[in-house]
Amino acid sequence: MERSLVSHELPEENTPSPQGNLSEGQTERASGLRAVFNSLWRLFTLNPKTTAGMSIILFFLLVALFGPLFTHVDPNALSNDALQPPSASHWLGTTQVGQDIFAQLINGTRISILWGFGTGLLVTVLSIGIGLSAGYLGGLVDDALTLLINVFLVLPAFPLAIVLAAYVPAKGPFTVAMVIALTGWAYGARVLRAQTLSMKNRDFVEASKMTGEFTWRVIFAEILPNEIAIVASGFVGTVIYVILAAAGLEFLGLGDVTVVDWGTMFYWAQNNDALLLGAWWWYLAPGACIAILGAGLALINFGIDEIANPHLRKEKPLTRLAARTPFSKGRFAQRAES
Amino acid sequence: MRHLLRRISFYLFALWASITINFIIPRLAPGDPAGAIMARFQGRLTPSTLTALELQFGLSHDPLWVQYWQYLFKLLHGDLGISFTYFPTPVAKVISQEIPWTLTLIGVAVTISFTLGTLLGIIVAWKRGSLLDSIVPPLLTFFSAIPYFWLALIALYLLAYTLNWFPLNGGYDTGTTIGWNFDFLASAIQHAILPALTIVVASIAGWMLGMRNSMLTTLTEDYVLLAEAKGLSERRVVFAYAARNAVLPSVTGFALSLGFVVGGSLLTEVVFSYPGIGFALLQGAQNSDYPLLQGIFLFIAVAVLGANFVADLVYTLLDPRVR
Repeated sequence: MERSLVSHELPEENTPSPQGNLSEGQTERASGLRAVFNSLWRLFTLNPKTTAGMSIILFFLLVALFGPLFTHVDPNALSNDALQPPSASHWLGTTQVGQDIFAQLINGTRISILWGFGTGLLVTVLSIGIGLSAGYLGGLVDDALTLLINVFLVLPAFPLAIVLAAYVPAKGPFTVAMVIALTGWAYGARVLRAQTLSMKNRDFVEASKMTGEFTWRVIFAEILPNEIAIVASGFVGTVIYVILAAAGLEFLGLGDVTVVDWGTMFYWAQNNDALLLGAWWWYLAPGACIAILGAGLALINFGIDEIANPHLRKEKPLTRLAARTPFSKGRFAQRAES
Repeated sequence: MRHLLRRISFYLFALWASITINFIIPRLAPGDPAGAIMARFQGRLTPSTLTALELQFGLSHDPLWVQYWQYLFKLLHGDLGISFTYFPTPVAKVISQEIPWTLTLIGVAVTISFTLGTLLGIIVAWKRGSLLDSIVPPLLTFFSAIPYFWLALIALYLLAYTLNWFPLNGGYDTGTTIGWNFDFLASAIQHAILPALTIVVASIAGWMLGMRNSMLTTLTEDYVLLAEAKGLSERRVVFAYAARNAVLPSVTGFALSLGFVVGGSLLTEVVFSYPGIGFALLQGAQNSDYPLLQGIFLFIAVAVLGANFVADLVYTLLDPRVR
């Protein structure tokens, strides 16, 4: 069970080495920023899949940051154009009470994206903290934390999130984020724990222990940078999960229904029986956004996976010859079978 | 044997944890169900009714640990309290009425999805680089990235509303009587096809990709090469040598996904207004029906733990290395 859940490990040379930036003060910060930019750029140009994925994410981030500056329509403003299909004046149609869906979508994108990525970050931080501590500290701490991880893995996350969200009296994106963070950290923690276990006896860890580093520094300054690739791909996967879960919870009416975002747009559409009125455009826009964003994130992860695991790459013709083709499909195989 | 004992003790601990979580959450949250009912009737109930309600719901002002023991004692007797939404039906009865719907629909859909997805994964991995391999995985991945309820709504709009191929909502034709008669079964199947189809479409990609990745790793193993070199038939190499070993992670994944599936069934049941446990859970959440909410969560948790335990047993049978 343990073995099978650990995702394919990324090769080490892909990750920045902790000893790399030893310069001090201002230069360290600058080179740190440049390192982040460089690794992002590298991810962007890694292969066609990550390029496509990163472009999609970049587009959504830009819309989230700047989109609302360009729409001058209040997303909550009522008008007499109720339930209009998409047209020149209302690009994505209107709702039952005449709100402009395009304006809602742009403003909703900001809330959904920011909360989605923020919650994803929180979940990742939780997984890192628990997974790395469990893996590195070992002993009783590991036993206790592993038990906690396994219990949260086996408890049904979405129903638990619904129960929690139903009990919390203050509804809103913050509650939804907390509920998802509380129920969603276990998988990442498990993967990171396994990775840390395999790393804690490496020479560089021994060396930094020998020089008398604090335990937390060994964990978060020595081991963590070497797991950054796994953390990154875990983060990408987590954001998909968070955005889907948040939309699901809000669709069920467990968020703040007065906030305009993708999930609550669904909620109002469902509540007003949009489909029975034939108003397909009401659902179309937010759903398409989530689908495209999800596909973009998934593409990035496929890209990283392919780099990390050579088995998943397309075979070159030469290796193909050397592999199974001559046996399974060649004349020899047929002769042998007959 | 030691492995088995460790697993059993883990599941017992997880069971205790879910029961305790279920006990703690409502007591951490402000307000109580009797107060909620009082609020709902807006002062038309007398204080003595409040006392009666508190008795009815088993609310007490005892210290927490006394309440905890009372709670465990009641659970052991199968007493999950009384639902407000379906007042005065006990929660246990509500669950037993709803569960056959969920189990049948989700069970069948997930099994189909797992089987089809795994088979597809095997084929796609074997025919790597072919046209099939470059079309099917990205296409199915796109479907799985779509939020499930949105996919379901689009399917409902296109296939049921526009084309009229399937009924719009419900689990059966209300004209029929529930039971083992042909009319009811036929209408139940007719109502279940579309929900089941959406579940399969949404979840098949995960199984396929998992199996494909695992197959690709297994196919490079020496024993697969040897099997081919021996001139065994292609089918034998693929299924008896490669797939048999590659399927192990999927078995664990199957168990772990059950929790998600039961939770996901909630969205299915809401979109299609399909009877079942997920729909009841939503009712509980929207009406602040805490006994129902808790009872169903506990039921789902126990079901998922049970399923995981069974999967563990199966895994032990399949993979001698963990014994």
